[in-house]
Amino acid sequence: MAIRTLDVAAIRKDFPIFETGIAYLDSANTSQRPKQVTGAMMEYFETYNSNIHRAAYRIAEEATVHYEAAREKVRAFINAASTKEIVYTRGTTEAINLVAYSWGRKHIKSGDLIVLTILEHHSNIVPWQILAAEKGAHIEYVDIDEKGELRQDQFADLLRRGPKLVAFNLVSNAMGTINPAREMVAAAKKAGATVLVDGAQSTPHQPVDVRALGCDFYAFSGHKMLGPTGAGILYGRRELLEAMDPFMAGGDMIRTVRIEGTTYHDLPWKFEAGTQAIAEVIGLGAAVDYLSGLGMDAVRAHELEITEYAYEAMSEVDGLTVYGPPPSRRAGVISFSLDGIHPHDLATIADRDQVCLRAGHHCAMPLMTRLGLAATARASIYVYTLKSDVDRLVSSITEAQRIFA
Amino acid sequence: MPELSTAADDQFYREYILDHFKNPRNYGRLESPDISHEEDNPLCGDVVGMDFRVKDGVIEDIRFHGRGCAISQASASLLTERLKGLPLEQAKKISKDDVLGELGIEISPARIKCALLSLKVLKVGAYGLADEDGE
Repeated sequence: MAIRTLDVAAIRKDFPIFETGIAYLDSANTSQRPKQVTGAMMEYFETYNSNIHRAAYRIAEEATVHYEAAREKVRAFINAASTKEIVYTRGTTEAINLVAYSWGRKHIKSGDLIVLTILEHHSNIVPWQILAAEKGAHIEYVDIDEKGELRQDQFADLLRRGPKLVAFNLVSNAMGTINPAREMVAAAKKAGATVLVDGAQSTPHQPVDVRALGCDFYAFSGHKMLGPTGAGILYGRRELLEAMDPFMAGGDMIRTVRIEGTTYHDLPWKFEAGTQAIAEVIGLGAAVDYLSGLGMDAVRAHELEITEYAYEAMSEVDGLTVYGPPPSRRAGVISFSLDGIHPHDLATIADRDQVCLRAGHHCAMPLMTRLGLAATARASIYVYTLKSDVDRLVSSITEAQRIFA
Repeated sequence: MPELSTAADDQFYREYILDHFKNPRNYGRLESPDISHEEDNPLCGDVVGMDFRVKDGVIEDIRFHGRGCAISQASASLLTERLKGLPLEQAKKISKDDVLGELGIEISPARIKCALLSLKVLKVGAYGLADEDGE
């Protein structure tokens, strides 16, 4: 089947922010949001704003229907078996913390091994460090090779030590490396581990099928995939979620409360305490509709084209080092440094040309330390990115080199 | 905050700041300094350290070292020029606005920490010496 191509000019008309003239190259940080997403949220606020799962009147019914419809959209988007496996969270960080708390405290014991990788975002390191410290477990990190790809030989060695949990990102936010997740999950499952995949950087950019992936948990954020901040997803296999205790208590997660004790709601609401981010969830549903309309194969194909273009253009710049694997094995993320110019200075100069560029450690300090860097500049790409955005970045780089020459 | 003109902003990274970045004043280390202190900003990896020689309560000599962005390093260079020969008690009174004013360019909120890293080195360093003297 031929892959559709994106009509980027038409897509950009859905994003009013581009009328400001910015070249937005920071979508791995947070994406822009189309009118369809903000419109769906505004429609909720202006025509059926009310709380879900409670009131008996019409607009509250409507809010509940939209809130739950978004869950079905997300389920289909990642091909989960049931909406019971789709838990709303504030984002990837909360989803991972939920697993560390509700699953980890029950299953991780003293002396257990947790396997992570050096490519992880802090959000997929720190919850496990806290858990390991509390339980007396220990953590090992899979290293990278000189191309920025995970050392599978070392991963296999660690699996032979029988880790209780393996957690890694499908795509590295700092280098864009696409990890061979399906093979890694299969190997980890075979070794008897429970597996969490951090999908924050993969879900927005490529087709995801959690059942084909075979992981136990999969976490991602809405705001990196055209949705608003404040709504994200934890996918968990039903039998694991059923056996877990609640993460937070109160509000929506309760069935009955008596003085003698409380019974909890069914999945997935057991994990959705308090009044939920209703508008944000509805916005996330609209974002999923938008991406599904484009087709995730087409999204990936577009990003690969722009990434190859950027990779080539940047490779031609003297004194510029790109970190990580070649475009075919990386997502639309290009982390780089310039000789003699600090990434923050570059970002400030780029900003004067309305080029939005990330500079820093990208919440991946262990990786930066591993690379011997304090910070890099990072350009990241999405459905609305033009080759001319890349050209503008290269101009800013040239301007920075002229100033600092 | 210092008054800033658009013209000053246009000069960002040109001349003044860049000169201090490329040709830092009082750069290096002092042998057996009376005060030596270093601070970093883990967010962007900026590092600034300062060595002070203090005689009769006056900063007789000063050197700084470090690495990082132009703002953090130029700010440190400028501060050492101001500090050399200054009584320590007066040095302690140097404020954020003094440092930002001396830079003379518009510093965005994201870069304030870069600009003020050297001041932090001075403050922590200078007060550290006061403690040792039992003041």
